Amino acid sequence: MIALEFILSGMLAAATPFLLAALGELVGERAGVLNLGVEGVMALGAAIAFIIVYHGGGHILAFAGAGLAGALLSLLFAFAALGLQANQVAAGLAIGILGQGLSALFGKTYESLTVKGLQKLAIPGLSDLPVVGGLFVQDIVVWLSLAATLAIWTTFAFTKTGLLLRAVGENPKAAHSIGYPVIAIRVAAVAFGGLMSGFAGAYAATVYTPLWADGMIAGRGWIALALVVFGTWLTARIFLGACLFGAVSLAGLAAQAGGVELPSQLLASMPYLVTIIVLGIISSNRRLLKLNGVASLGEPFKP
Amino acid sequence: MTAPLLSLRGISKRYGEVRANQAVDLDVAPRSIHAILGENGAGKSTLMKLIYGVETPDSGEMLWEGAPLTLASPAAARRQGIGMVFQHFSLFETLTVIENIRLVVPGRTAALIARVRELGAEFGLEVDPFAHIHELSVGERQRVEIIRCLMTDPKLLILDEPTSVLPPQSVAKLFDTLQRLRDGGVSVLFISHKLEEIRAICDRATILRAGKVTGHVDPREHDAHDLARMMIGRDMPEPPPMVPSQPGETMLELIGLTYTPDDPFGMPLKDLALSLKAGEILGIAGISGNGQAELSELISGEIRLPFDDREQVQMMGEPVGHLGPAERRKLGFSFVPEDRLGRGAVQGMSLARNSLLTAHPLGLVRHGLIPMAQANDFTRRCIADHDVRTSGVEAEAGGLSGGNLQKFIVGREMMLAPKLFFLAQPTWGVDIGAATTIRQKLVALRNQGVAILVISEEIDELFDICDRIQVVSQGRLSPSLETRKTRPEDIGRYMIGAGAPA
Repeated sequence: MIALEFILSGMLAAATPFLLAALGELVGERAGVLNLGVEGVMALGAAIAFIIVYHGGGHILAFAGAGLAGALLSLLFAFAALGLQANQVAAGLAIGILGQGLSALFGKTYESLTVKGLQKLAIPGLSDLPVVGGLFVQDIVVWLSLAATLAIWTTFAFTKTGLLLRAVGENPKAAHSIGYPVIAIRVAAVAFGGLMSGFAGAYAATVYTPLWADGMIAGRGWIALALVVFGTWLTARIFLGACLFGAVSLAGLAAQAGGVELPSQLLASMPYLVTIIVLGIISSNRRLLKLNGVASLGEPFKP
Repeated sequence: MTAPLLSLRGISKRYGEVRANQAVDLDVAPRSIHAILGENGAGKSTLMKLIYGVETPDSGEMLWEGAPLTLASPAAARRQGIGMVFQHFSLFETLTVIENIRLVVPGRTAALIARVRELGAEFGLEVDPFAHIHELSVGERQRVEIIRCLMTDPKLLILDEPTSVLPPQSVAKLFDTLQRLRDGGVSVLFISHKLEEIRAICDRATILRAGKVTGHVDPREHDAHDLARMMIGRDMPEPPPMVPSQPGETMLELIGLTYTPDDPFGMPLKDLALSLKAGEILGIAGISGNGQAELSELISGEIRLPFDDREQVQMMGEPVGHLGPAERRKLGFSFVPEDRLGRGAVQGMSLARNSLLTAHPLGLVRHGLIPMAQANDFTRRCIADHDVRTSGVEAEAGGLSGGNLQKFIVGREMMLAPKLFFLAQPTWGVDIGAATTIRQKLVALRNQGVAILVISEEIDELFDICDRIQVVSQGRLSPSLETRKTRPEDIGRYMIGAGAPA
């Protein structure tokens, strides 16, 4: 029971870095661009945000700086992959490695330093409920990322912007022939993805574990990428997937605290193991992938 | 004559070495249906892309209602009142009809839906606004495209080969729509290579050959022979003579073939039955997307059936449903797939290497090594015997014109001396000369006792060469119809799923 309470109260915060990065990647992929640089973009955002908070700039400035850095790094990717029509996989990997390198460089003198995280805000009434009460005590970023999830879902379901992103991702040629600036739309989508990945990194480094260690993103960007496929490019499923990963990563800690004798390395690798298993199951359903998938994902388009 | 709506003066466009359009002049009158006639590769599509702003001309000028016109993009063309319906539609399959329209036409959704219904009733273009595009037939998709264009109030509507995707019945309906549009004040540019159609509805025709204008005529004053001469520079070739067939043993049999594709946009096949004997040509007619792709992969072996269902496909009397393409070829089967580049040939490889793809059993591979001299010999013979116009065995497949590459692929497969020969869309996108050569070769092969199966969307082609025709519609196959006793209208009825005449 205590383990369940522990998982419920921590799940959303643990899910937030996955969720933010995956939502950003979702927007880019829906427009037909596969950006494999998420991990590196998150790492860069994390370093920038940590440095700003450490020097007293505050969390708002830190998130803004991280988001901006993420967007700029992603624009570099967009320049290569969309402007010069470089291979998206190779360009994404290169940008990812660059991001990780920059992160290590900027963070070098901050190794093992800590900053103060964010206060938690409780929803009166709901937070007093037994067992599930912890779900309603979260920091402001968690609440905002839930709002972002809702906003992105609404965008895809009801707005012309969402329609346009889907159209560009499904059939860029047709979108061009009816007169839309395909490349510009894709660049904007990629920049938005970078912004969100930057936020995700900022959250991981200055709120979730407000301590700097090189490589602290530790694969969360890759899981965010997997989550987009896992959620078959649907916002609601990506949200559920992020919660699942949040819960699984906490389950390891809960198990250790409960005295379960398992090597910590095995417990730490649980989220990745779950990723592989779930991706395998999803990918075996070709129908599902084809119906919701993005037809032109990763393919270069030259107007 | 009233002042033209659109005038082109000396328009030229080249792609690398290819001069797609050379000094083209054209005047489109207001309230007219104007044909652009020419065979595949004559430069019709390029010209339309220039008029619709997809491409910009290298030289020459365009006048729109008397004023000079430069178009930077399709959006600019639409602002001027030029709309275009593409041959391969620019619709988004996973979106609904109304979502596709919202992407182009501004306005509130409710108002747009009302407008779609109104236009549908006025011009005979009924379509469900909430249907997803991938659920619609090709004819319905075309209606969506036309409605989408009409909603931007165009003065000029361009239709690129609009009838090539329609069954005969829908063609009549489309023509009715176009006439109503003209009477409503819209000019139509109608691109086609079908002479009779143009004579039926067009007021003017401009004829293109090899990128140049060869005539401006009133098509109603000329017969099909005149138009053909202007289009291909000589008389229309006669279809090959057919001697009565003397069917031999059964070479291909489908028995209750049933298959559900993984692809949700694919067409499930239900209980297909077909029997093809040596010395016969059987044609499969139908509008694309009715199961041809699935049927073709099931026959070629690209899709294998489970072992228990292997009897559903029989070749030379053996169950082969579970076998792959190579094993089927060993039995004496050969085939020409629909897409020349990608499945029929490898674009970036020489013809000699492309020969090896399927002709390797003819001694072109020894102990795992390739004796290039033999491969070159084989390729040289193929080029000579099948009138492939190319620089030689080292020419890259991707550099040949559609017609020449198709002649090469058909020739390569024929040289394997098949007992059962299967071709999907053998003359699609092929010029008239090459198409005629291919058809003549097929009839000659039939007369030598080969069993031939042809899937084609060109009804005329099937009537020219087939002994019997079956129609595929919604994943089902019609009974076998003897060509001599069948009219195109009967085939058309099966194509739209209406079944046998009462």
